[in-house]
Amino acid sequence: MADAAPDRLLPRRLAPQAHRSNALHPGAWWLWALGLATAASRTTNPLLIGLLIGVAGYVVAARRTSAPWARSYGAFVKLALVVIGIRLVFAIVLGSPIPGTHLIVTLPEVPLPDWAQGVRIGGRVTAEGVVFALYDGVRLAGLLICVGAANALASPARLLKSLPGALYEAGVAVVVAMTFAPNLISDVQRLRAARRLRGRPDKGVRGLLQVGLPVLEGALERSVALAAAMDARGFGRTAAVPARVRRTTAVLTLGGLMGVCAGAYGLLTADGSTYGLPVLGAGLAAALGGLWLGGRRSVRTRYRPDRWGARAWLVAGSGAAVAALMIAANSAAADALHPGVIPLIAPTLPLLPAAAVLIGLLPAFVAPVPPPAEAPVPARATRTARTAAEEKAS
Amino acid sequence: MTMTRSMIRFEDVSVRYEGTAAPTVQGVDLSVPEGELVLLVGPSGVGKSTLLGTVSGLVPHFTGGTLRGRVTVAGRDTRTHKPRELADVVGTVGQDPLAHFVTDTVEDELAYGMESLGLAPDVMRRRVEETLDLLGLADLRDRPITTLSGGQQQRVAIGSVLTPHPRVLVLDEPTSALDPAAAEEVLAVLQRLVHDLGTTVLMAEHRLERVVQYADQVLLLPAPGEPPLLGDPAEVMAVSPVYPPVVGLGRLAGVAPLPLTVRDARRRTGGLRERLAGMAPSGVVPPGGEPAGVAPAEVADEGRAVVAPGARAAEVDAPGRVSRWRRHRGKRHEAEATTPGAASPAVARPEGTAPAAGTPAARVAGLAVLRGRVEALRRVDLAVSPGATVALMGRNGAGKSTLLSTLVGLLPPTSGTVRVGGAAPHRMPPRELIRHVGLVPQEPRDLLYADTVTAECAAADRDADAAPGTCRDLVADLVPGIADDTHPRDLSEGQRLALALAIVLTTRPPLLLLDEPTRGLDYAAKARLVTILRGLAARGHAIVLATHDVELAAELAHRVVILADGEVVADGPTADVVVSSPSFAPQVTKVLAPQRWLTVTQVREALEAADE
Repeated sequence: MADAAPDRLLPRRLAPQAHRSNALHPGAWWLWALGLATAASRTTNPLLIGLLIGVAGYVVAARRTSAPWARSYGAFVKLALVVIGIRLVFAIVLGSPIPGTHLIVTLPEVPLPDWAQGVRIGGRVTAEGVVFALYDGVRLAGLLICVGAANALASPARLLKSLPGALYEAGVAVVVAMTFAPNLISDVQRLRAARRLRGRPDKGVRGLLQVGLPVLEGALERSVALAAAMDARGFGRTAAVPARVRRTTAVLTLGGLMGVCAGAYGLLTADGSTYGLPVLGAGLAAALGGLWLGGRRSVRTRYRPDRWGARAWLVAGSGAAVAALMIAANSAAADALHPGVIPLIAPTLPLLPAAAVLIGLLPAFVAPVPPPAEAPVPARATRTARTAAEEKAS
Repeated sequence: MTMTRSMIRFEDVSVRYEGTAAPTVQGVDLSVPEGELVLLVGPSGVGKSTLLGTVSGLVPHFTGGTLRGRVTVAGRDTRTHKPRELADVVGTVGQDPLAHFVTDTVEDELAYGMESLGLAPDVMRRRVEETLDLLGLADLRDRPITTLSGGQQQRVAIGSVLTPHPRVLVLDEPTSALDPAAAEEVLAVLQRLVHDLGTTVLMAEHRLERVVQYADQVLLLPAPGEPPLLGDPAEVMAVSPVYPPVVGLGRLAGVAPLPLTVRDARRRTGGLRERLAGMAPSGVVPPGGEPAGVAPAEVADEGRAVVAPGARAAEVDAPGRVSRWRRHRGKRHEAEATTPGAASPAVARPEGTAPAAGTPAARVAGLAVLRGRVEALRRVDLAVSPGATVALMGRNGAGKSTLLSTLVGLLPPTSGTVRVGGAAPHRMPPRELIRHVGLVPQEPRDLLYADTVTAECAAADRDADAAPGTCRDLVADLVPGIADDTHPRDLSEGQRLALALAIVLTTRPPLLLLDEPTRGLDYAAKARLVTILRGLAARGHAIVLATHDVELAAELAHRVVILADGEVVADGPTADVVVSSPSFAPQVTKVLAPQRWLTVTQVREALEAADE
């Protein structure tokens, strides 16, 4: 097959070609991404966050496939840019709590009544305020991009397989809902294209509204058909469980959840910190026990679940290491991680935390490489295949 | 019949849905023995799908309605067992494989049913591997299902219900969406299951020419509400209102028992071959007359052969057309490269009521279309002149639908030129476009938005700037007797197709495209469609239809274009192209070879002419 060629090109590659048996556990990707996100939340230094975004982007570019969920990364990046934009607009229009001396512009201020004291619309826009908002926006963007990276790299259906049996059916609902959206979009596209066949414009809001009803009808019909297909294939078969076990399951789950609530409340209130932690722990244990017992009702088995192997440890570990080192750096070099805006100074790149961030690149070397056939489609090729609508617009 | 164990038993079963006057099926009292392949046949709308649904328990547990009597499968009563509790004995595949898939990749889909039943991991692994091999899916195991072709999806759907090793398989039109070769593959798999594993198969199918020879018994539902008839295939075929061409030929020749396979028919209808020896089929072009890529109008001119009633009429209508077209043809390629608007008079014609003489209705040169990373079409050249009917054939995924989409401007060409009525379809505004070309898509429902037939027709008249009532009159012509306030969803497949066709025809486009028009149609509906399309061709419409149905192509097309992997591999008069191909030859051709007959109609007409 094509295995030989890439191996020759990169003889010292650490990672094998991905296939079903060596696929990385999706949980490892999520842990890695959450590690990066934690790191991003612990700093406001835009250089460090930029580096984190670069690391996440590099890994995504190196390891994502052409699967539908892998395409969501671009959407997350766009969303991140929008978030930065919104944060900046708010800081400019609504003012910023940061007192500043470098005046950029003074917007006309909207006079507000007394009861709206503390709210300001328009007024002074200072460089300090804008820079502070920018740092804040970049941090949010970093978080979003890390989550986007996990989404692009881990298959949601495979993640579902790792859920405990008792949660499986809830998980199916989530996955079906997630596949519902792309189906809906492809239906809209198909029906809008079909409007062209009726001699009606295939663009514009009216076109969208007119296909709305048929699309919803189609979606409903498909849902019913899917439910029928799943039922006919044995979805929802349950094993006979003794009544005693059922009751115990219910008590454990409900009691556990109540314990979790009480524990969390205790942790958050000032005087409850003594009992908060133990109650939370006991509640969690009871809830997990309930889940485990509940799993006995399900007869499902799992076909080739992803195994948590050495590579999964490395990937998840690299994310955890980035998070841990960044938290440690917070106490060691807090100034460099949070560059001040008063006085306005250029942020510098602290070397040690930056080196820690680079650990996050590890998955790009150890995670199995998607086979060439599954590599993402180049953007140019997809563009030419779009429907006539765009062509016409130009 | 009672000697062997019965696997499916119907005891005086009737099913009635809410709000219907009469039961959809009634008086079903029979049993299907273990290890038999039983074919369920009958015209559209007699309740075949309903009867299949009762076996898996989806009727009435999922569809609603009232089931009287009793259905037992492997001893389990479907009244007390829900579909999920029958999942280990019955595997069901519905008409639309896409609606059947729960997971997103092939391998997971094959494992899904086994996971639900709680089989051990090593058993699942072994069975998935076996099934991948059995159905030839090994190369596709990691592919997302949505990227597969129709035939591949159908195979995955069948595989996904095979893995739990059910004792009964229920299949609703498993080969309708498939090309002839893929259909053979699926049927070979089914036969193997029946012979080697003793699986009981109950299958409904309209394309009897593909399946009837595999059936151990045929279950005929003659008309809505009438009790079914179960029996030996040849005996049932003798009285069935639906029958494949090979049976038609046998009936014509008065052979008993009726032949069900081409081989039987060749043996038993030798007399027929002798009677036909001296005659020439009407509508067949002499062989070797013309190279590939020639428009049929020209064939009619050069060979002096009658292409078909349609082409003959067109020729009479426009006597000057053929020669003028020939003059253009020498310079065709340069002309296309330099003058995209060469036929602009056609564009300027406001009503678009009649095809312009001398201009091909559609012309495609050096066309390539890229979909994603796949080159769906490569170096395709095609010209369709007014009055010609062209059948596009080829495997699933060969690029037939892509070519139609390109002709109607839904997809822009990546390179090369497409001209419909002299202009590039993907640049035409929609209102202009529908005056030049109309497409009836694979799923005619995509064209229908309104909630009554009348509203749909009124909208079509407005879209086309046609006189009010134009579309409704067309519907009445195509399928008489549809009530005005019927919801398009409640129409049968054939009626819905006719409604979509009427909507498309409201603008009288010179070029008419149809994508898989016979999917889900019974023989009667198909015969009506053939008559309609012949009439349109006679009035000068150019027709291009993408189809897997070799019998339809033989009946209708003047010319057949076979696509493979996005390239044109054969292009010529129907008789020449299909006669030489083992998979695309219609049954009549195979039976009467080396004579060159295509359809039962041709044979009947020739015999009647000889008798006079």
